Amino acid sequence: MSGRPQSPRPQIGGIRETFAPWADPQARPLVRFDGVSKTFGDTTAVDDVSVSIYEREFFALLGPSGCGKTTLMRMLAGFEQPDAGRILLADRDIQADPPHRRPVHMMFQAYALFPHLSVAQNIAFGLKQQKMARDEIAPRVEEMLSLVRLDGMGKRRIDQLSGGQRQRVALARALAPRPRILLLDEPMAALDKKLREETQFELMALQQTLGMTFMIVTHDQDEAMVVADRIAVMREGRIVQVGRPAEVYEAPADRYVAGFIGDINLFEGRVAASENGVVRLVSGDGTFEAEGTGPVGETAWVAVRPEKIAVHAEPPQQGVNTLAGRILDYGYLGDWTTYLVEIAPGRTLRAARANATRATDRPLGCDDPVWLTFATSSAVVLTR
Amino acid sequence: MRRERSALAAILPFLWLAIFFAFPFLLVAKLSLSDAALAMPPYAPRIDWSQGLAGVQAFLAGLDGETYARLTQDRLYLDAYLSSLRLAATGTLILLLIGYPIAYGISRCPPRLRQALVMAVILPFWTSFLIRIYAWIAILKPAGLLNVVLAKLGLPAVDILNTETAVLLGLVYAYLPFMVLPLYAVLDRQDETLIEAAQDLGATPISAFWRVTFPISLPGAAAGALLCFIPMAGEFVIPDLLGGSDTLMLGKVIWTEFFANRDWPAASAVAIVLLATLTIPILLFERQQAKVLR
Repeated sequence: MSGRPQSPRPQIGGIRETFAPWADPQARPLVRFDGVSKTFGDTTAVDDVSVSIYEREFFALLGPSGCGKTTLMRMLAGFEQPDAGRILLADRDIQADPPHRRPVHMMFQAYALFPHLSVAQNIAFGLKQQKMARDEIAPRVEEMLSLVRLDGMGKRRIDQLSGGQRQRVALARALAPRPRILLLDEPMAALDKKLREETQFELMALQQTLGMTFMIVTHDQDEAMVVADRIAVMREGRIVQVGRPAEVYEAPADRYVAGFIGDINLFEGRVAASENGVVRLVSGDGTFEAEGTGPVGETAWVAVRPEKIAVHAEPPQQGVNTLAGRILDYGYLGDWTTYLVEIAPGRTLRAARANATRATDRPLGCDDPVWLTFATSSAVVLTR
Repeated sequence: MRRERSALAAILPFLWLAIFFAFPFLLVAKLSLSDAALAMPPYAPRIDWSQGLAGVQAFLAGLDGETYARLTQDRLYLDAYLSSLRLAATGTLILLLIGYPIAYGISRCPPRLRQALVMAVILPFWTSFLIRIYAWIAILKPAGLLNVVLAKLGLPAVDILNTETAVLLGLVYAYLPFMVLPLYAVLDRQDETLIEAAQDLGATPISAFWRVTFPISLPGAAAGALLCFIPMAGEFVIPDLLGGSDTLMLGKVIWTEFFANRDWPAASAVAIVLLATLTIPILLFERQQAKVLR
């Protein structure tokens, strides 16, 4: 490939490039899971997980329900004991510490606010437990209330609050004693979409202002992508991939991660050649080139995201990575239009196009013949 | 049609209350304002319906509070009141101390065991109340089971039958389910993640209990205390069978006035005063419940 740029590839994931303690071999992780396993009866909830979380990081555990992400978090909080492995907090094994001695606080999924206490009393709960002086508690509670924008609500009863307000009280209560790490268990599951998006940004801003370490458990990939510095994708008790949101999205470790985060088109085939970081794959749909390496002669997959596939009404000049097809269906989403293109009987691909202009009369419609192309650098090779 | 039916549905409970509560209550209230008489039934005045409205007027004129005045003159009544309330209060306190750990223990058991234990709490109801109290006589009498066991253990015999101790024992035994069940209901309903949240925020398991579990269970404790205190204050069978002649309780006083002395108005007046006394804690409870619901 002569047309490839010789300069080093641009780093994937443009934002907050400078914050990457996980890339620094000298950095000491705040939390380290070391070969942690946990079984409940016959089911293995967590299977030999090793991962490190660093100071000031916003770390997300992402996976479908039952993948072990909540169990992993509860082991850090101390509510479950690992069957094997160690959990280290600031280089200290916390195995023997009961939950109340761990400087780790959790925001529970259903908030678990104390119904017999007022908003202020809920927030002061952990402070009283720390034997903080009475005249220090009140200002700290006020500070927390304004931090979560609930000024003047301290005297309210919990049942007088809306869902969003309860969520913020739970957040303030967990943050008030200044934990080393804040655990968020599906914190936005009970909020509606609009409020959820607002809260995601608030949560990120809060984490930045306080300079604290957050760990979130979620099944919502959009949420993990928005808030997290790094995402650990879990499947059946194991961590399949850990990386920045852009890494996980653009360079998935395997087909599972590729399919779990976003939409993906896969071409299964045999690796014909692998040189200069480009793989040539021969599949039933045609021959494709994609970035990556693969064992020649073995089965592999070329994966390409719908938004990286260009849809043309006329046959393109370019020869490689081109497919002809027919629009089977399309969905207009306002910002995007997604096309379902049939490239062979019973074989469809997804392509998405940003609606960059306000034209309401789309040039492409059902049954129109189209040509799909994607760049070699836009596709990846997956071997698993 | 539908509207009529819903109106009926609204009226029925009131009708029920009127027939089975308000009407009997008015009868007793009327009786308490009458005077004892050597007649059949043994009180006067009675309404002479043949006189029409004049008869009703004559009847109303005959009613007076003399019986109530009599209650204040005889120490016996006041003593009976005080000892009834004292025994009921002591019993309630003991029941709270025994019932709370039982209810808490059951609520922390695995679900299947929990059901079995709740059954075990209710099980005594399957035997006649009277027989169970008689059984206590057999246990407590001088040559009864208790003393046999004490003798086997080389301990001195006790003679507590026909004492207040025996009455308290009987009260606590008989009313334990009424204390355990409402407490269990609130403790079982309590969200376990609240305890986790408390521990997560630095509370030891003991501190989590006192700062979260206990305050949230207080309405259940109040319900149990009232469910026990109110009927215990008017209890008749237990003091009669286990307390002998030493124990003075209102239930017994009412029974004696009614059956032995044939003084129906006095029995009714004692009952009305007891009801009035017990209404105060009931109202307090209602108010507290309303606060919880709000």
